Amino acid sequence: MAGAKITSVSRQRVAAVAGLLLLAVAAITFPLVFSSPVVTNYAVYALIFVAVVSAWNMFSGFSGYISLGQAVFFGSGAYAVGIAARDWHVTGTAVFALLPLAAAVGAVIAVPFGLVALRVRRHTFIVITIAVFFIFQLMAYNLNSFTGGTIGVSAPFLPWSPTTFNNRFYYITLACAVAAVVIAVLIRRSRFGLQLRAIRDDEDRVRGLGVRAMRVKLAAFVLSAAITGLVGGVWFLYLTQVLPASGFDPLFDLSLVLMAFLGGLGTISGPIIGALIVEPGQLYLTIKYTNGYLSEILLGALFLLIVLFVPRGIVPTAGEWIRRLRSRGRPAVPPVTSPAREASEASR
Amino acid sequence: MAPQIYQAIVDGILVGGVYALMAVGLTLIFGVLDIINIAQGVLVILGAYLSYSLATRLHVDLFLGLLITVPVMFVIGVAIQWAFIRRLRGRERTSMTLLVTYAVALIIEGILYEIYGPNPKQLSASYVQSSVHVFGFYLPYIYLYGFALALVSIAAIYALLYRTGFGRSVRATMQDGTAARLVGIDVNRVAAVTFGVGVAVTAAGGMMFGATNAFNPNSGYDLISRLLAIIILGGLGSIGGALAASVFMLTLESLVTIWSPEWAIVVFYGALVVVLVIRPTGFFGRPPVRAQ
Repeated sequence: MAGAKITSVSRQRVAAVAGLLLLAVAAITFPLVFSSPVVTNYAVYALIFVAVVSAWNMFSGFSGYISLGQAVFFGSGAYAVGIAARDWHVTGTAVFALLPLAAAVGAVIAVPFGLVALRVRRHTFIVITIAVFFIFQLMAYNLNSFTGGTIGVSAPFLPWSPTTFNNRFYYITLACAVAAVVIAVLIRRSRFGLQLRAIRDDEDRVRGLGVRAMRVKLAAFVLSAAITGLVGGVWFLYLTQVLPASGFDPLFDLSLVLMAFLGGLGTISGPIIGALIVEPGQLYLTIKYTNGYLSEILLGALFLLIVLFVPRGIVPTAGEWIRRLRSRGRPAVPPVTSPAREASEASR
Repeated sequence: MAPQIYQAIVDGILVGGVYALMAVGLTLIFGVLDIINIAQGVLVILGAYLSYSLATRLHVDLFLGLLITVPVMFVIGVAIQWAFIRRLRGRERTSMTLLVTYAVALIIEGILYEIYGPNPKQLSASYVQSSVHVFGFYLPYIYLYGFALALVSIAAIYALLYRTGFGRSVRATMQDGTAARLVGIDVNRVAAVTFGVGVAVTAAGGMMFGATNAFNPNSGYDLISRLLAIIILGGLGSIGGALAASVFMLTLESLVTIWSPEWAIVVFYGALVVVLVIRPTGFFGRPPVRAQ
């Protein structure tokens, strides 16, 4: 019995490793197979969102504090790279050296933001993140000499030919996405991740057990902000321009929430799947219906369908279906093993 | 400088009354259903468009038109609650309702764009342009009428809540939904009607907003962010708090506008953040119940 269990577990592990390898090969060869810049453009945007939604999820998904202010870090990262390149006269591929600055700016903003916002919970937290978001958007509009006002900031020219431009960004964003997902996995498996999820379940009890809840929440918030800021910088270099309305876009935050909920909040694969479905879909609709009204109605309808029919997200719901399929014909509750037998198995 | 400041304070109070009306609907919905209705902003704009259509197509007076638009918005509210919000349960309800009401906002906004297009509209009537000069202040008639309308509507909501049997059920549900159910209150009906009333006030709020501002289907977002700031500042679920916070915020904004119109709205959100640092429950908020 125990032997069978071990082989099935190791078989699962082999399958998982094989699947990951296959996924890696597919991801790396993707731009070679689909070389059209139209397709790679979709892929770059999808990967940007995979990275950002994973970063969002490692704070909001794990801790249950739904933030609608992630665009603060995304936009600030974009502006940080743009303004630094403009004022310090950084040109060519050297601008990529500014990306750590984007991460640092995101993290530095997240500290006071978190210290204020994380004192309150639930609805009030959500509304504070919205308020801070609007303060940043308005600052981007109003601080003309610093942010360029409504004209925004343009990126320095990258000396890459149009044919390889998208492919290079594909690999850059792929690296960001993989890094963000790996960090999310490491957090989820760590004591830190356990504390975050415990905060989601019952913050008062967690504090009672001696966890410094504020410190844990703030650390996750800052880490999430740093990753988001860095990806914001990459996004800016890809798009070559940032405006107050595009860097600090309220739809950006809601897309993140939608992706995470569609896939499954707080899981690792859920937000990735959500991003891979929602972002290309949104992009396709905005390109196809340039007036944007129909895409808005469809997006809204998609929201409603998700919430009403798969309220817990694709990954948890699918997992439950698979479990149900497997347990068909067998008792749903695993048979209880007697303590004596367990002891003998353990001693083996 | 001094007369300018007094004028700004008077303007702030008058406009604050109109915002109070919209915010009361939002905070009432929160108090009873424990949800934040993100669609409130776009529903105000929908109310404005209804008044616009009645005024331009059928030449109905703006205030008389409310006799039609208020019941229509009430029915829309009940329908939204019945179709989408009623079903949501469980741990993620807070964020789920946020998504649902946001989705409703997106759909309504898209439909308004399809019907009316993106060009800004404004409601017009003889009393929108003219103003009266008293005690050295210029008071546009529309602000005076709107302030009176807001006072009457808020008084009506107060009377509904504190002078009727239904109001007692609403207040009981606000205090403790489970206990209210146990003593035989039909909580679902209370929720539906409250949502309806909370949305119905947007008909009046929208008419006032549309008469004093140019609006297009996109205007709802700016509005909902302000309303959210107001009800959080006042203390979620507190009607008196929503009144006080509206007048406070709009007066503050109108005062800052004298020096710098661009930064006025930053001060608006900044004030929210500062107040919550000092007092996390807002002006009149109850201390948070242990969420479970």
